[in-house]
Amino acid sequence: MVTIPLVRTLLPSLVRAAAPLFALAVPFSSGACKGSDPNGASGTNAAPASGAQGIVIDGSSTVFPITEAVAEEFKATNPARVTIGVSGTGGGFKKFCSKETAISGASRPIKQAEIDACAKSGVEYVELPVAFDGIAVVVHPSNTAVEHLTTAELKSMWEPAAQKKILKWNQVREGWADKELHLFGAGVDSGTYDYFTEAVVGKEHSSRGDFTSSEDDNVLVKGVSGDTGALAFFGFAYYAENKAKLKAVPVDDGKDDNGKGAILPSPETIADGSYAPLSRPIFLYVNKAELERAPVAAFAKFYVENARKLAAEVGYIALPENVSALTKQRLADKKAGSMYGGKGSKVGASLADLLSGKGS
Amino acid sequence: MLTSTRRRLLRERLFVGLCASAVVIPLLVLALLVGHVALAGLGRIDWAFLSGYPSRRAATAGILPAMVGSLYMIAITAALALPVGVGAAIFLEEYGARSRLAAIIEVNIANLAGVPSIIYGMLGLGVFVRLMGFGRTLIAGAATMALLVLPVVIVSSREALRTVPYAMREACFGLGATKWQAIRQVVLPMAAPGILTGTILAVARAIGETAPLVVIGALAYVTFLPTSPTSQFTALPMQILNWVSRPQEAFVVNAAAGIVVLLITMLVLNLAAILLRNRLQKRVY
Repeated sequence: MVTIPLVRTLLPSLVRAAAPLFALAVPFSSGACKGSDPNGASGTNAAPASGAQGIVIDGSSTVFPITEAVAEEFKATNPARVTIGVSGTGGGFKKFCSKETAISGASRPIKQAEIDACAKSGVEYVELPVAFDGIAVVVHPSNTAVEHLTTAELKSMWEPAAQKKILKWNQVREGWADKELHLFGAGVDSGTYDYFTEAVVGKEHSSRGDFTSSEDDNVLVKGVSGDTGALAFFGFAYYAENKAKLKAVPVDDGKDDNGKGAILPSPETIADGSYAPLSRPIFLYVNKAELERAPVAAFAKFYVENARKLAAEVGYIALPENVSALTKQRLADKKAGSMYGGKGSKVGASLADLLSGKGS
Repeated sequence: MLTSTRRRLLRERLFVGLCASAVVIPLLVLALLVGHVALAGLGRIDWAFLSGYPSRRAATAGILPAMVGSLYMIAITAALALPVGVGAAIFLEEYGARSRLAAIIEVNIANLAGVPSIIYGMLGLGVFVRLMGFGRTLIAGAATMALLVLPVVIVSSREALRTVPYAMREACFGLGATKWQAIRQVVLPMAAPGILTGTILAVARAIGETAPLVVIGALAYVTFLPTSPTSQFTALPMQILNWVSRPQEAFVVNAAAGIVVLLITMLVLNLAAILLRNRLQKRVY
């Protein structure tokens, strides 16, 4: 153990000694792209995680494409360094609450345990919805019998009690084929899984275990498109890009006030909430103290101002105009805390109501 | 008699056939893989792809930060792994070959070479990122990769040292040289081609490793190039992983193009290893 302090003091100085070599090497390699890296020459970014001049972002892979698009556009207006990692919603919050990152993407609201972790380390945050994402329920295109599903039927397939019991389609609804039911779903560490189980089973992070799960939705697309007995749930964008290979199943939540009967997922039905309960907002969490730093404040402002346009461009559904305005106001007010109070997604709640404080 | 000879010849031919198929089948599979990826990705590779930054528009996205990150990372990996690996090999081979401790170390190193790379990622996360406080930086990534390739470097360096005939050392001692003088002036230069080849091949493997990078938290998107070992960074495998999991087909094409670039980089490194070896061999003899 004696050696560790020694190494700790020795290695950074070695690293610093080697830094000039890098300064020499960089102009060579970046010579091809003009005007890049305006504050790279300083070479003083020794602070590892929360680089004083940078904007450190991590979190959900679902939110990543929007954040990437925003960072790309932001780069043209501001020289600040932006770094984005993809640790997932939960992994992102871990880093966010230990002050490693300034901003975290999340495909579900912050949980109570994460709220506690943030409170413990004194991290206050501003919660900003940035777009809607739908969760599509899909089957093989040849599966014509399944023309719609009710949420009760989805629950009977996915709840923990269904494990090793509901194995055939005709067990879900009488009249359907006497054929094996093969379930595919988003990985259990994803916010998508958390939301789906909350909305369908009624309890977050709770489902049967005997289904094929993958963190990579493209794997699920391949799985369903090659299996006539399959049913899967995953992000709407993956359905939208593979419509020829998949059949989306309209979902009936049994409530008529938010769209009567079974509703097919589409940008319209997801945005207006009629594709309930499988339409959900995705979020950005910004460390309130970091908002005092000009680059972070500028980035967050730029994000909420451009989220509608850019979210649609990368395959998500833009927030309605009025919700977007409320989001901008929330950031301007630096309103701390979560609209959800750590109690999980409020399935079916209107974002506009939540943002204007009517929902809680 | 005749039938038994014919049978033996038949067996001979059967065996040759089996051996040949053992060569041909893996090559075919490899060709299929490379061909499949090249077909999908080759058309996407142009100067803009190599010199551009990642983008939400698949058609304008490039790999420059990932490429530069990968190259810096393996440069530092080699700089770390070579001295330590060769030092360990010299100690084990020249100084401690007969001790019991050396035998134990030897078995352990051979075992370490087979440890899955994700384990090294976790070790790197614990030791370099957290304990030493490097953060999720180039030096942390490179140090993790150096650990990963070290067993291979040590083993191949020992092999290279072993190929130097013992008579060479005895000749040195006969002239009054110390052990270190013999190693430095005779043994090491003669073993250098083998050591370098082994090291470059091992390091070339590190450039394609993804799991340790995911674990230590290499980034998915950066708007700048690394400027020092303490820069945050992304690397080619991270960029490919990111693109493969996107819904749009065009990003999957980008991933294929990224894979082709990665393959070419590895081939160039391996070629460099061969050329270097040939050059050095000429110099020694």
